[in-house]
Amino acid sequence: MTASLSLGPAPDVPLSRINPCAQILAAVAVSLALLATLDAVTPAVVVAAELCLLPAAGLTDPRTLLLRTWPLLLGAGTLAVVNVVLGDAGLLGALGIALRVVGLALPGVLLVASTDPVRLADALTVHWRFPPRVAVGSLAALRLVPLLVAEFETVQLARRTRGVEAGRNPVARVRLVAGIAFTLLVGAVRRAGRLATAMDARGFDSGIRRTNARGSVLHARDHLFVAGAVVVAAAAVTTSVLAGTWAPLFVGG
Amino acid sequence: MRHAGRLAWALTGIDLDVAPGERVLVTGASGAGKSTLFAALAGLLDPEAAEVGGELAVDGQPPAGARDRLGLLMQDPDAQLVMTRAGDDVAFGLENAGLPAEVIWPRVDDALAAVGWRYGRDRPTQALSGGEKQRLVLAGALARRPGLLLLDEPTAQLDPAGAAVVREAVARAVVARGTTLLVVDHDAGPWLPLVDRVVEVREGGLVEHPPGWAPVPRAAGLVLPAATAGPARLGAETAGFTYRGTTTPALHPTSLVLRAGTVTAVTGENGTGKSTLALLLAGLRAPTTGAVLAADPLAVRGERRPHRWRAGDLVTRIGTVFQQPEHQFLTGRLRDELELGPLRSGSGSATARARAEELLERLGLAPFADANPFTLSGGQQRRLSVATALATAPAVLVLDEPTFGQDAATWRELVTLLAEQRAAGCAVAAVTHDRDLVEVLADAEVAL
Repeated sequence: MTASLSLGPAPDVPLSRINPCAQILAAVAVSLALLATLDAVTPAVVVAAELCLLPAAGLTDPRTLLLRTWPLLLGAGTLAVVNVVLGDAGLLGALGIALRVVGLALPGVLLVASTDPVRLADALTVHWRFPPRVAVGSLAALRLVPLLVAEFETVQLARRTRGVEAGRNPVARVRLVAGIAFTLLVGAVRRAGRLATAMDARGFDSGIRRTNARGSVLHARDHLFVAGAVVVAAAAVTTSVLAGTWAPLFVGG
Repeated sequence: MRHAGRLAWALTGIDLDVAPGERVLVTGASGAGKSTLFAALAGLLDPEAAEVGGELAVDGQPPAGARDRLGLLMQDPDAQLVMTRAGDDVAFGLENAGLPAEVIWPRVDDALAAVGWRYGRDRPTQALSGGEKQRLVLAGALARRPGLLLLDEPTAQLDPAGAAVVREAVARAVVARGTTLLVVDHDAGPWLPLVDRVVEVREGGLVEHPPGWAPVPRAAGLVLPAATAGPARLGAETAGFTYRGTTTPALHPTSLVLRAGTVTAVTGENGTGKSTLALLLAGLRAPTTGAVLAADPLAVRGERRPHRWRAGDLVTRIGTVFQQPEHQFLTGRLRDELELGPLRSGSGSATARARAEELLERLGLAPFADANPFTLSGGQQRRLSVATALATAPAVLVLDEPTFGQDAATWRELVTLLAEQRAAGCAVAAVTHDRDLVEVLADAEVAL
């Protein structure tokens, strides 16, 4: 659980060299191709290309990969099964749907695995003029997530010392977790208030135009990366049309 | 000044002039208004929630307008860091000031050097100890070159080693730069070598202490009830613990026996597994090696392993007090909080109410019986958390750092309360860094 929630500085992997903005644009390019069609061939080509990038994001160990993607795989699998059982999409159609979900989500997995949240915020504020209030504020909030996870454990144990536990009763279990979540929420709001004070004290959002100490630069490789994504999207569509499976979602007229 | 909704002034009659370059300690008992004074000086009082009489000025300006001249260091290290890497965090305040990158980095390195930073700029902030985090927050404040450093109990949440790290960093930074320093702390002793003046907040105003003043040792004149050791209540037999997914044990196999009418102190450096041992003794985690076993009279239907007991059975046998009182509060009123344990363990509501009344009286919390536990002061919360554990009259009491961050008055109350429990035949185990506590109270010490 904690492995997938490691929000500290990301490890230096080849994909880290690609500017986060370029990664997001590339994701948009392949997503457009995925959203335009209902067939299985287009997403297959896109997913294949995305899988080729896994080593570049340092995701070579199957265990780590599974830890980071199991909710995604579970979701895609469930969607496929539901479509086979209840829908009229057929086996191939269901596979297409599952592949589309994976294809849409994998760029996010790659981005998170290769990108320091700070670099992402830098890129968003420098290139796309995101308000620092939002970008830096989110960074500060992100730091508090692992603390919440650790605190959940502590509060759960603390409840037992007060004679409160769920035992085997599932309803009691839900109520217990809801109670713990509320305690954590109260604590998180208080801590967030203190953090806001501390950020204020260091001149955050004081009306002065904020600079960026690290900066964010777009290199030729970033442009190439986006171009590559466009090529993949085009290749996926072309393959699908040539294979005769192309099934556009929006038919003109 | 006074807070909205309260009739009493939180703070009155404060006259204090701090000259540039002066180093001043503001001390006083918990609840005396130190934190309010700090908030006022730092310009953090919400004008809608507080009414201020008199005048406050930093460099001739109201504090809120003098933000640029102030550097703040507060209690909770995790609520003061913003970035994931040390250097980025120090740069944060300089970016806010709109400085160009080529000016920022030399100043970041300069500030890190000023606090004695031992790692690089790239050090992840997640991996730092509490003391190192506070050192980094201090560097972040210094990088903005403040004229006045304001510190609000910056070591309250740290163990002695971490507290020493912070004081050393403060000393290094202010002595070299001649920065004006104002420290607010109830624990005056450790700051004395660093400050020129000591003032104490009391009801009705400030008292300036003469040079050479030292606080009265908190254990002075304390007379505790005697107790005689009785039979063993709970024991650890080469009990150890390793967290799932890790290879290094959090607690190496440890053996100890808790006897009725004794206090056992568990001491040791950070990371030796003191708190883990407390969790095992408290029946909250199962040891991964060895065993924790209760004496036969405490067994539940023959089961002697506390972690196997139902929570309702556990609370009448082993009471536990966590480091952070808030983690254990479950209700919206002190009275309900004290009745909860007895009710959960099967006492009738009349018995539970009587027990709660008795504890409220004895611990001086009766005036707050209908207040929300979260609105109490730190010292009151600590007393309440001990009281909730005592409400079910457990045979064993396990406490994690019970005196952490408490002022002298609360410290004496807590020590007396624990000694009373011991005299009444309770087996007490306290995990602690507090040497004074060990000296006045412990019958046995287990050093991990």
